[in-house]
Amino acid sequence: MSPATIKKIVLPGLGLLVVLVLWTVISQTVAHDLPSPARTWAESRRYVLEPFFKDGEMNQGIGRLALYSLVRVAKGYALALLLGTPIGFLLGLSRSFHASFDPIVQFLRPISPLAWLPLGLVIFQKSEPAAVFTIALCAMWPTVINTAVGVRSIGQEYLNVGRVLKLPRWKMLTKIIVPATLPYVFTGYRLSLGLAWLVIVAAEMLTGTPGVGGFLWQEYNSLVYSHIILSVITIGAIGLLLDRLMGLVEARVKAG
Amino acid sequence: MAFLEVRGLHKSYVGRRRTTPVLGGVDLAVDEGEFVAIVGYSGSGKTTLVSLIAGLLAPDAGTIVLDGVPVTEPGPERGIVFQQYSLLPWMTVYENVALAVDAVNAGAVATERRRLADDLVALVGLAAARDKRPHQLSGGMRQRVAVARGLGMAPKVLLMDEPFSALDALTRATLQDELMRIWGERRCTVILITNDVDEAILLADRIYPMTPGPGAVLGAPIEVALPRPRSRRHMSLTPAYQKARQAIVEFLKAARAS
Repeated sequence: MSPATIKKIVLPGLGLLVVLVLWTVISQTVAHDLPSPARTWAESRRYVLEPFFKDGEMNQGIGRLALYSLVRVAKGYALALLLGTPIGFLLGLSRSFHASFDPIVQFLRPISPLAWLPLGLVIFQKSEPAAVFTIALCAMWPTVINTAVGVRSIGQEYLNVGRVLKLPRWKMLTKIIVPATLPYVFTGYRLSLGLAWLVIVAAEMLTGTPGVGGFLWQEYNSLVYSHIILSVITIGAIGLLLDRLMGLVEARVKAG
Repeated sequence: MAFLEVRGLHKSYVGRRRTTPVLGGVDLAVDEGEFVAIVGYSGSGKTTLVSLIAGLLAPDAGTIVLDGVPVTEPGPERGIVFQQYSLLPWMTVYENVALAVDAVNAGAVATERRRLADDLVALVGLAAARDKRPHQLSGGMRQRVAVARGLGMAPKVLLMDEPFSALDALTRATLQDELMRIWGERRCTVILITNDVDEAILLADRIYPMTPGPGAVLGAPIEVALPRPRSRRHMSLTPAYQKARQAIVEFLKAARAS
């Protein structure tokens, strides 16, 4: 076996095995309500093997549930980028805008989705827009902050080119400021996507909307604990996949 | 009054602890179509002087007048070739040059602007690399793009801030020859900043030596009485070369000792 295969396959497999053993031990000794890996698989296999079945609103294959969640996250995430990108540029470009709104950004940033969601329900009266609102509001900050930092760290040498050429404001923005900031913006986009996916569980739990998070909470209430684990694994796998995907996009942007 | 006239230019950098005088009253006069070099040690304030003439910095005292117009802000009529190239990495060779051409020829039709930019790319010998990005080019090629961009501004005076200092000796010699050829074709007014005495003698009509500073000033200009076209092969044997070189080296040595 080459060192590369050991590093890429054998060692991660070993790590997984350790976790499975620990999980089994804990389920056998301390927490008897926690389903073992084998039981989890037995009770979840239909959801995984027929990922798109639908027996009712809250009893659907994990693929279908994940799809609902992904669509919801996509909406919230799109809104986050749509709001966050211009706010970030304004914060980076204008001193007075920065002075006016940076304190508010810093203030809003650490607020948990659990706090925003009830407010969203009050504003929108419906669970779906409230969930999207919460996702957007929680996910936009990395985009805002990275964009602003990106604008402020544009090399003076690039700006000097624009100054010598006396580029009009609009051209300065499109030809120099935006392209120079793009790598930072996409780092923000990747972090924002991670957050949007993080928020989905909370949003669906509180609103009871169908999706992986909603399913998780419902199965907890129905005492089908193995499905909690199924949901958790699904959430982790999709989160990882999204991060890798955005990582690829980001690398492409940075390579120019 | 000369085409470009700099009088009594003072500039200090204000730090938290102390103020460092960089330029202590620089006087400089350049005629139209003239190639002038400013030679001095590294760190003597040459880049500051270029930034002031370019309008990227404001002087503490003194005046800069180009073609009868006082300099108050940056502008393409004072085209600049930066020491670190400053090419925009997200643009191709052509796009970098076209940015300058388009900025100063906003009124011209698109085909005319494209022809101008393509001509400049060809002039600096990069037609084959037209659609490459800066990171795909060698240092010498990047500096060629920067020269093409500087010329693309159709400047009244082209400011070159140690344009070849980051290049290896062979590439540097090639680019000096290229610059000589281009200047022979275009005859624009050039101010070349350099720390290389031979480079200055090869290229310039007149050379201003600069004292090392702080509070740097320029010495009396030294004429280079070498006929054009010049060739580096025999240049060093001529009395005109030796005379100019000796005058510059003596000035710089004396200025450093004092």
